[in-house]
Order: sequence, then structure tokens, then C-alpha cells
Amino acid sequence: MLLASEHALLGGVLIGLSASLLLLLDGKVAGISGIVGGLVRPRPGEAAWRIAFVIGLLAGGALLTASLPSAIAPTHGGLSLKAVAVAGLLVGFGTRLGHGCTSGHGVCGLSRGSPRSAVAVITFMATGATAAYFVRHLLPRIA
Amino acid sequence: MKTAVVAFVVGVIFAMGLGIAGMTNPEKVMDFLDVTGHWDPSLALVMLSAIATHAVGVALARRARKPLWGDAFDLPKLTSIDVPLIAGAALFGFGWGAVGYCPGPALVSLVGLGPPTVTFVAAMVAGMSLYSWAWPTSLGGVKRRNDIPRPAP
Repeated sequence: MLLASEHALLGGVLIGLSASLLLLLDGKVAGISGIVGGLVRPRPGEAAWRIAFVIGLLAGGALLTASLPSAIAPTHGGLSLKAVAVAGLLVGFGTRLGHGCTSGHGVCGLSRGSPRSAVAVITFMATGATAAYFVRHLLPRIA
Repeated sequence: MKTAVVAFVVGVIFAMGLGIAGMTNPEKVMDFLDVTGHWDPSLALVMLSAIATHAVGVALARRARKPLWGDAFDLPKLTSIDVPLIAGAALFGFGWGAVGYCPGPALVSLVGLGPPTVTFVAAMVAGMSLYSWAWPTSLGGVKRRNDIPRPAP
């Protein structure tokens, strides 16, 4: 049985490895929000690999359910579905406006030493910590 | 075709990495972000080991003239640190910290068909569509297809 930290290291290596394969073989950046967002209005010739990647993510989810069932948590948080929808909107819109998420800025951008990505990571870590604090500690007192 | 096969395999490995690392468990992600609670720092290791691994891939890419099965490296051209970058990252962080899902883990978790996950992904795609279709270029929106100069033949 692996410790949480060993799981974290192994998972990180797989994420870094897959991002490297996509870069070295296809020449693409493994930013999830960019790959998915680019499907909304795809440029010619840009749809197939993006769809294949998303199908790969879903297939990976199925593989995880079969091999490591505890990985995908069935439920979470105490938020209403409306609040979850607002959070989803913020994530979708924000990642497109800021051109990246945890993978694009956090992994790929920082690996390239991009100052732009460093600013993005510091920003979303800060607001992420703020939101988690609000939902965990302030919201239960108000509600 | 080859590029799509690569993308599929990469998607599978990426998803496995996210799952093994604990990123598909929103409570764990919130334990990491909520530094005032039962802080779980292990997810910082995910990012560090992913960066350490991918830095090797980036170094190899810098030596290569082009990707093995592509015409050219398709890297981000933006370098400026501007308002859309910071505003976008801030909005994304609020949503991420409130629910514990960033885009990749949310998509990987879709297989569970949990109502919060399905709701989150639907809203996320709606947010992306709002940006791509309706957000003005003057406020950091995407350029319309007609605005993009065609490359010289």
C-alpha cells in the first residue's frame, strides 16, 4: 500500500510523462481547459486530436474506476447543485479568459519557466484557498 | 490519425495520473487548498513531480526542431502579464476552491455520473462557450475567425 505522498509523486510523474508525450510527439500543450475550450469553435484540423484526448480522459476514468475505485470520489462538498453550477461556470469562463488551468499554467507553463504562468498559478492558488476557506468555515456559520 | 491516437493514449495516462495522485477527490483538493483546516500538503507534491518530469520533456523539445508526428511545436504565443490573465485565473481559482474540481479531474470523474460532477462539467462547458461566442475581444476575448490574418501560402 502506497502512502498519500507516494501516490502524489507517482501521479505527478504520470501527468508529467503524458504532457511530455503530447509535446514531443504531437507538438501540443497538455492544457485541459485549452484542449476542451478549443472544441467550442474549433479551427480546421484542430478537432480530431482534441476529441481523442477527451475520450482518453473519459476512458482513463473508467480504467480508474475498475483498478482504483477509491480514486474517484462519488460525492463531495455540501454545496447545492446551483452553487456547483456557478463554480463550474467560473472555472469554464475563467480558464478561457486566463488561457489556462492547473495543467496548462500549473504543469506545462511552469515547466517551461513561463513568468505568465507563474502569475496565474499564484493567483488561482490564492483565490482557491480563499474559496475553500469560505465554503468550509464561513458558509456553515451563515447557512 | 497518428496525432489523434497519441492524444487518446496521453488522455488515458493523464487521467490515471490525476486519479492516482488524488486530484479526482474534491475533498482532498479542498484539504490542500484550505490551509487553515486539516491541511493536506500532498497535492503540492503532485505539481512538483509533474513539473520535474515534464521539464525533461520540455528540454528534449527545445533540442528538437519539430515534434515527431507534427509540423511544429504549437506553444502559447502570449507572454504579457495582463488583466485578462489575472482576472481569469482569479475566477477559475474561486470555482476550483469552492468545489475542488479543476477541468481535468472533473472530466475524468464524469464516469461516476454523480449529479454534482455532471452539473459542474455542463456549467464549465457553458462558461467556455460563453467566452468563445460572446465575450468581446476588447476585454480579452478570443479573436473572431475573420480577424485572424491568414498565413501567407
